[in-house]
Amino acid sequence: MAAMTTSPIRQAPGLRARKARRLRLIRWFLLLVFGLIFAVPLVAMIEFSTRSTDLTGPRTLEYWRQIVDYPDLISAIFASLELAAITAIGALVLLVPTMVWVRLRLPKLTRIVEFLCLLPLTIPAIVLVVGWAPIYLWINYFTPAQYQTSPLVLAFAYIVLVLPYMYRSLDAGLQAIDVPTLTEAARSLGAGWTTVMVRVITPNIASAVLNSSLLAVSLVLGEFTVASLLNYVNLQVAMNNLQQANAGVSIAVASAALLFVFILLIALSFVGRRRRSGGVVEPFPSGTGH
Amino acid sequence: MTDTVAAADVLVGDQPSRAGRRLPLSWLGAVPFFAYVGVFLLLPTGIVVFEAFFTAAGQPTLENINALTTSVVIQAFIKSITLSLISALLGAALGAVLAYMIASGPPDGMTRRLWTAAAGVLAQFGGVTLAFAFLATAGPVGLITLAVNNLGGDLTGSWLTDLIGLIVVYTYFQIPLMVLVFLPALDGIRPQWREAAESLGGTGWQYWRHVAIPLLTAPFLGAVLLLFANAFAAYATAAALISQGGIIIPLQIRIAFTSETVAGQENVAKALALGMIIVVAIAMSLYAMMQRRSARWLR
Repeated sequence: MAAMTTSPIRQAPGLRARKARRLRLIRWFLLLVFGLIFAVPLVAMIEFSTRSTDLTGPRTLEYWRQIVDYPDLISAIFASLELAAITAIGALVLLVPTMVWVRLRLPKLTRIVEFLCLLPLTIPAIVLVVGWAPIYLWINYFTPAQYQTSPLVLAFAYIVLVLPYMYRSLDAGLQAIDVPTLTEAARSLGAGWTTVMVRVITPNIASAVLNSSLLAVSLVLGEFTVASLLNYVNLQVAMNNLQQANAGVSIAVASAALLFVFILLIALSFVGRRRRSGGVVEPFPSGTGH
Repeated sequence: MTDTVAAADVLVGDQPSRAGRRLPLSWLGAVPFFAYVGVFLLLPTGIVVFEAFFTAAGQPTLENINALTTSVVIQAFIKSITLSLISALLGAALGAVLAYMIASGPPDGMTRRLWTAAAGVLAQFGGVTLAFAFLATAGPVGLITLAVNNLGGDLTGSWLTDLIGLIVVYTYFQIPLMVLVFLPALDGIRPQWREAAESLGGTGWQYWRHVAIPLLTAPFLGAVLLLFANAFAAYATAAALISQGGIIIPLQIRIAFTSETVAGQENVAKALALGMIIVVAIAMSLYAMMQRRSARWLR
């Protein structure tokens, strides 16, 4: 009996150390392989956009320099940036007061608000486009002629697309603070509701506001489905249109946009880290970005 | 602190009369949100669901639904489901391995931080940019294509714009998404459980067979369903990669949608969209079921 119990214990350290070393080796090897696989398409893009003739010519930044020679592309970039800002602000204005108000006065509506906010996750963007088409006909009908082609009206649709991500992020932010006490304190000191929202609640959920805005911006900059099917030109549509005429420049723009969104999302993962230990950016299911 | 308490007391004392006067109007605060969601989320969904059963003139009809039974559309549905299923299973299997490799390192290590950030970014990498990246990699003059051709192989051909190409491209964003959804499940497996199994004389295999795998089955299946829905709903990547034709349902919707002016075909896109809603709804409700099951054990 004694021999039976002691032998595994005596044996264990050496065995375990060897096993651990082997596991560490496998771990590093596999992580390296995965890393390389994920890097290939990104490297290919950079290669493609920095070689003069496809992948065989000498290295040059000509394609990157030529980006400014395409006015349609430049205006599409600005349109997408404006859209991103409008969408983020619009969604914040819609969500923050509603979520605070529901918490304070209409707790019975919490479930239904959450359900509605998360609903776009289960309805593919391509499906929503089909339903938005007649609504956009109406919007066009009421838009003055000179703004008919402006892609900025897409913000109405984009606010719906960003709802789930912004809701989750803001909900986590509001859960971390004591909304009723803060509001009551402010109200009893004579603050109006606007002051409560803008100067009391918002500063207290600043990181959630920033987090959700960055998510919205990254989503809007990558949006293609809605814009292309409703015939508006945003960054992604312009890039896609340019593909036939000049693949090099279109891939250069795509790399630049991707780099920008990467930086944004990495910044986001550090903003979010304080609250969520994993520092994980919320996934975007249901093909919103794909 | 005392100020807050005093203020709260004042408010509490004040509450009944004020509440009595104000309560009937408090719902007004939720009106903008419900109005917006009603017009831009519920109305378009309703339009898709109801108009799928009507002609453009407003006559009830089953013609649009009948369009779903044509062989082209059935083929597209089969290809869509095949694509989503294979890319979900591949993504889930490879993503689970990757997630395990990440999770088995130190919880606050640089490797883990880097990989979770990278997974967050790569899971959202899609659409035109992803299509471009793969065209630059495996297109007719792509990096890999040229490298393989130089080595004497032959990768030219249009495999990238075929179903197999879509599977490869979709798996590229499915793996990181799997890492994101599966890491929390792996973190929920406590090292103490392994120690408990070992102290009771269990081998590594027995630990996996009787403890870890049964615990991880529900989260894994849930993740497969989420990945399935993710791939099934994806449009932009396929649309940018394949400029014409409709091998999968989202691309069939593009065809029907852009030819809506054809008489008698006005609402076919809506019927196709309704078909997509049903498939995604089934996948997502099964996913919710799996999540409830895994919530019992993890976190």
